[in-house]
Amino acid sequence: MLRILITAIMLIASPLMAQEDVVVDLSQNRVDITATFAGSNIFVFGAVKREAPLPEGTGPLDVAIVIEGPLETVTVRRKEKKLGIWVNTDSVEVHEAPSFFTIATTRPLVEMLNEGDRRDYAIGLDFAVRPQGPSEEDVESFAEAVIRIRQDDGLYSQREGIVNLTEETLFEADISLPANLVEGDYNVRIYLIRDKNIVSDATVGIAVRKAGLEAWLYNLSREYALLYGLLSIFVALAAGYGASEIFRRLKR
Amino acid sequence: MQIYLPIAEVSVNMFVILGLGGMVGMLSGIFGVGGGFLMTPILIMIGIPPAVAVATEANQIVASSFSGVLAHFKRKTVDIKMGLILMVGGLVGATLGVQIFKYLKSIGQVELLVTLSYVIFLGLVGGMMFIESLNAIRRAGKPGALPKKKKHSWMHGLPFKTRFRTSGLYISVIPPIVIGIAVGILAAIMGVGGGFIMVPAMIYMLGMPTKVVVGTSLFQIIFVTAYTTLSHATQNFTVDAILALLLILGGVIGAQIGTRVGVKLKAEQLRILLAGMVLIMCAKLALDLLLMPSELFSIGAGGH
Repeated sequence: MLRILITAIMLIASPLMAQEDVVVDLSQNRVDITATFAGSNIFVFGAVKREAPLPEGTGPLDVAIVIEGPLETVTVRRKEKKLGIWVNTDSVEVHEAPSFFTIATTRPLVEMLNEGDRRDYAIGLDFAVRPQGPSEEDVESFAEAVIRIRQDDGLYSQREGIVNLTEETLFEADISLPANLVEGDYNVRIYLIRDKNIVSDATVGIAVRKAGLEAWLYNLSREYALLYGLLSIFVALAAGYGASEIFRRLKR
Repeated sequence: MQIYLPIAEVSVNMFVILGLGGMVGMLSGIFGVGGGFLMTPILIMIGIPPAVAVATEANQIVASSFSGVLAHFKRKTVDIKMGLILMVGGLVGATLGVQIFKYLKSIGQVELLVTLSYVIFLGLVGGMMFIESLNAIRRAGKPGALPKKKKHSWMHGLPFKTRFRTSGLYISVIPPIVIGIAVGILAAIMGVGGGFIMVPAMIYMLGMPTKVVVGTSLFQIIFVTAYTTLSHATQNFTVDAILALLLILGGVIGAQIGTRVGVKLKAEQLRILLAGMVLIMCAKLALDLLLMPSELFSIGAGGH
């Protein structure tokens, strides 16, 4: 809502700027996590709609695409050496840490968008995690740790230059999603940027859901936990007995 | 081939998990230990969330122990009476252990205490067994070496004495129950079956013959780990059925091979091998505590 408001104000404040709108779609609005799920690809494509021709001397057009997983609160712990061993000492709760965050752009991000917009719209890996409360230097290092660790796990990434923009009108990007994806409602935010300012944006949702056997087992484990536990033990005993019988017969 | 685990919510290579299950299952069959002390840290190392690793490993141990114990039943190397008494203690201990685990979690130091208890117990047990086995092998090499006489300790003065025919013992039920409780507590805290503590305790504290110890330990482990699996499944929702199935498939096959290999090895060889393995794992975990980690921060799920 705030974003739309800011965009609206910005558009009113700069009447000289030609009206440009983004039209976008995805290859799929749903990702099914099945037993053999090994990651997925989302193809984002769109076009720029113009009511009037561009005035002379306008700067280059850029596109930024942000895919963001559901926001969650995580507890981040820091180790320190105490009495010769490394132990967890401090912990900070980091709010609004997305489970997944990737950004795809036409060019290096710092060259195409001003820092104020990058911060306000959370465009860029350095703004992926928004620490709340007192923004002490210490809390920031915990938020940075979340970005660093998730980057190593392949959950956070910044892919500059993978969005193809043709004739300042058509754009497309093939964005891969990793295998360690977590269920939830993901948002795809698309920003049209001219002269380092956002001129238009759009948001599309992707539903990431467990499917088939995965969904069945997951639901069973939550809704019928006792049955699920007993079933697990039964499978274990049956497998143990089965193997013992098979080997006994093989030996004869 | 990659496979997505529904509860752990990570994708793993199927053959890596099958192989790990097979390897640990074989050790289980040879030594009569559940193998959890090896498998749980390995699963965490390959990226399974610790809570899921602990709970799912308990489920796997049920399968490999059951497979192993069937082979021991055929050879009549299970002291059922002793196993049942140890089990009673074990279930009481596991219940207490789960409560202690919850308390440690609430004060935020569960990870440290789990690792510390691993280092201390693996170190003590491994060291003791290693020295003992070395001495036994040295003694056996000398001519005229006498088998050690069974000592009459304070344990023989305790009440509720009963006869354990398979083990050839006439002792009080109090020491096995106390051992069962102690191992049950440790098992719940460390997320293992507890065989690596139970086996030496049976040999050195109860004086049971080594051949009977393995089967009896497996017998007892089945019940304690089944109970642990159920507790985790109903309270923490952390048992991953697909991960368990893969570990079990590898594990039961490994356990069958292991039981047959175990019969061919001498008791002293068996003990020195187990001691070596326990000590290696202990050293690995101790280094984790002593060396500076490459990443000082870690992410835990949820807030308070």
